[in-house]
Amino acid sequence: MNMALLEVQDLSIQFGGVKAVQNASFSIDAGIVYAVIGPNGAGKTTLFNLITGIYTPTAGSILLDGQPIQGKSPDVLAKRGVARTFQNLQICMNMSAVENVMVGAHLRLDRNLFKAALRWPALKARDLDLHAEALELMRFVGLEAYASASADSMSYGALKRLEIARALAMKPRLLFLDEPAAGLNPKETIEVDALIRKVADTGVTVVLVEHDMKMVMNLSDRILVLDYGRKLAEGTAAEVRRNPDVIAAYLGAHA
Amino acid sequence: MLAEFLQFLFSGITVGSTYALAALGFTLIYNSSHVINFAQGEFIMLGGMLAVYFTHSGLGLPLSLVLAIVLPAIVGLVMEKVAIEPVKGAEPVTLIIITIGASLVLRGLVQIWLGKGTFSLPAFSGEQPINVLGATLMPQSLWVLGVTAVVVLCLWYFFARTLMGKAMLATSFNRVAAELVGINTDGVLFLSFAMSAALGALGGILITPITLTSYDAGIMLGLKGFVGAVLGGLGSGLGAVVGGLLVGVLEAMGAGYISSSYKDAMPFVLILLILFFRPSGLFGGKATDRV
Amino acid sequence: MSKHPYRGLTLIAAVLLLLPLVLPNSFYVDLAIRMAINAVIVLGLNLLIGFAGQISLGHAGFIGIGAYASAALPTHFGWHPLLAVVAGAIAAGALAAVLARPIFRLKGHYLAMATLGLGIIINIVVRNEAALTGGPDGMAVPPMVFGSFEISGDKPWYWIVASLLCFSIWASINLIDSPFGRALRALHGSEVASKVVGVNVLRYKLTVFVMSAMFASIMGSVTALYVGFVTPNLADFFHSIELVTMVVIGGMGSIYGSVLGAVLLTALPQALATFEGWETVVFGAILMLSMIFMPKGLVPTLAARFGKGE
Repeated sequence: MNMALLEVQDLSIQFGGVKAVQNASFSIDAGIVYAVIGPNGAGKTTLFNLITGIYTPTAGSILLDGQPIQGKSPDVLAKRGVARTFQNLQICMNMSAVENVMVGAHLRLDRNLFKAALRWPALKARDLDLHAEALELMRFVGLEAYASASADSMSYGALKRLEIARALAMKPRLLFLDEPAAGLNPKETIEVDALIRKVADTGVTVVLVEHDMKMVMNLSDRILVLDYGRKLAEGTAAEVRRNPDVIAAYLGAHA
Repeated sequence: MLAEFLQFLFSGITVGSTYALAALGFTLIYNSSHVINFAQGEFIMLGGMLAVYFTHSGLGLPLSLVLAIVLPAIVGLVMEKVAIEPVKGAEPVTLIIITIGASLVLRGLVQIWLGKGTFSLPAFSGEQPINVLGATLMPQSLWVLGVTAVVVLCLWYFFARTLMGKAMLATSFNRVAAELVGINTDGVLFLSFAMSAALGALGGILITPITLTSYDAGIMLGLKGFVGAVLGGLGSGLGAVVGGLLVGVLEAMGAGYISSSYKDAMPFVLILLILFFRPSGLFGGKATDRV
Repeated sequence: MSKHPYRGLTLIAAVLLLLPLVLPNSFYVDLAIRMAINAVIVLGLNLLIGFAGQISLGHAGFIGIGAYASAALPTHFGWHPLLAVVAGAIAAGALAAVLARPIFRLKGHYLAMATLGLGIIINIVVRNEAALTGGPDGMAVPPMVFGSFEISGDKPWYWIVASLLCFSIWASINLIDSPFGRALRALHGSEVASKVVGVNVLRYKLTVFVMSAMFASIMGSVTALYVGFVTPNLADFFHSIELVTMVVIGGMGSIYGSVLGAVLLTALPQALATFEGWETVVFGAILMLSMIFMPKGLVPTLAARFGKGE
């Protein structure tokens, strides 16, 4: 089966006069780790927002399993197995850490409000299972210390991992990580690196936006380089590293 | 036919002028702080009630009118300092509730001080009706329209030509940017409350000879002014004036041609229609959301 | 998730059970009934304000729909009182659904404006259609009957309302700690995050609004049946503000706060009954002061002050 999991064709979006993304085309196969890099303002987060339904493109298409998904809202994409984390943390500070993770499993649960109000036994049992599952996920991402913590008492680095746990609770096929290492110290960065490796090993297709080149080169199977909203290069880590355009525009001082 | 239409039109734009002034007040405050000031109606009421109080106390019309504008402005300043500034970054729900609370306090205090009676002011230049194409126009209406027009012109000049006015506009476009170029945005907010209150009070004074005033006159006037502001596009000065006038006219037309017992309901049916079909109003821009 | 989520409820149930033995006369029983009725309404309203983060400034309108349905339908059309209650709830829910659908697509205080408008329109309609509603003077309400058994007077209604309150609290506690409830709280915490995990934000906001409207309508019917008379004041702007005040002072998003807010602010007008102007001033002052100094409300603020616990 050679059809790519995600295919982006000629995607563009404009905000007033600013062409944030222009004619981007690339495809992502299932099971790999795919990185999107580029200078600040290159359109990486915008690209994420387009694919995950936060923005609607002005032109082009996005195909998931061959089906167009551009312009569909995030909750529809969630049903198709698309999960993401955010560059600016979107944690529900009014809930506990575990509950944040449990929310991730929203679509897999019986959301019937009458059964909930009447404390339907099956619902309650399922909730207890979910609680255990959420704790397990927290352990997976290294947050077992926060099992009974509330979200507003957690550190920045811990919250970033909490978002990942929440995304994993969705049992996604495609996980978008928006700058997972941003704001983390070197030790935390190594931990996140290992975590992403662990996640990828479970078969989830991971797409990440990241500035930390070491991490990107280490983790990624394929890399997309953006500059001023346009695709500058695409290929394996080795190919991209050698690409003269990329070196000129971006990697110059870093490689 | 024509006479009847003109009659409704005249009464519509007369009361619409008060709505327009109130709408301008809402817009001013909304622009400088994104707060919807539900106490705006009480400023209108204060204008009328204070004017009545001072004239009955023998102060003479001109002085009473001045006081009836200045005092509400001061009340507006106090309200801003006491109730709005302490909660600058709060959720919209919080701010709405605070202004509702303020309106209750103002209304209650006036009720205690001046009672529940209905009062009137003498018309500024007599009560001799003027005949226009078969419709009667009260001289007071001319005062209302005339003064409102002058005020709107002055405001236009203020915002378009003076530094202070431009500073206020800058604050409404982007508060942070305004602060960064040295504009005292707190001062802008302060001033906008004073101006809003003064505008409202003025509207209240002008209309009192025609529609009378009482401790609870502010509620409906304020809410209808608010509808006018939304109709015109919350945030647009021109929209506020046009919206206010339009609400007045539509209300009068509706009362005259459809049903007079539902007169008070017209503006609110209008706001539902606006929110359903064109929430940004006539002149409001469509807000783009950056995530 | 607490180990004993129903502890507060048990306490309240106990109080409700013992109250009739302690209350000196029927004035106080009446007060208790009114407190309980308000508490149920406020619970529903709190779901909207405290969880969905939306504000309704016209909720008394929904109360009015239920109240007048219970008055007019049996009186003018011969409907059975129970059917009238159901009809009122359906009408309120349908109205809420129609109103909310276009409004919730917009950002900001638009629901506040829309509910404000709706509440005022309902009030005016009720005042004008005197043939149906008795106009500004109101009308009598035929009591609830089951066969030949008539439910009237404070004794039976006390128990009915007390049960309704306990049930509502129980259901609310269950709801909060359920997938539906978590989705709601997530929606309040971060709308973007909740969208991304699959919460259909529009549908949830709509559901909560419709639910709170139907709660209000049912309790409006209950009020009408209990008092035996309805007046347009039941559906006026000040009543809507009173309800919001109860939510705010008790604590937005707090179940027990809802009950506390209802209890406190139902008693207040009674205490200030002869000082009408002062009642208005005090309400306004409470609103302002609590939003400035205690924006989370009494129960959450006290809970935080005395450590996490129940």
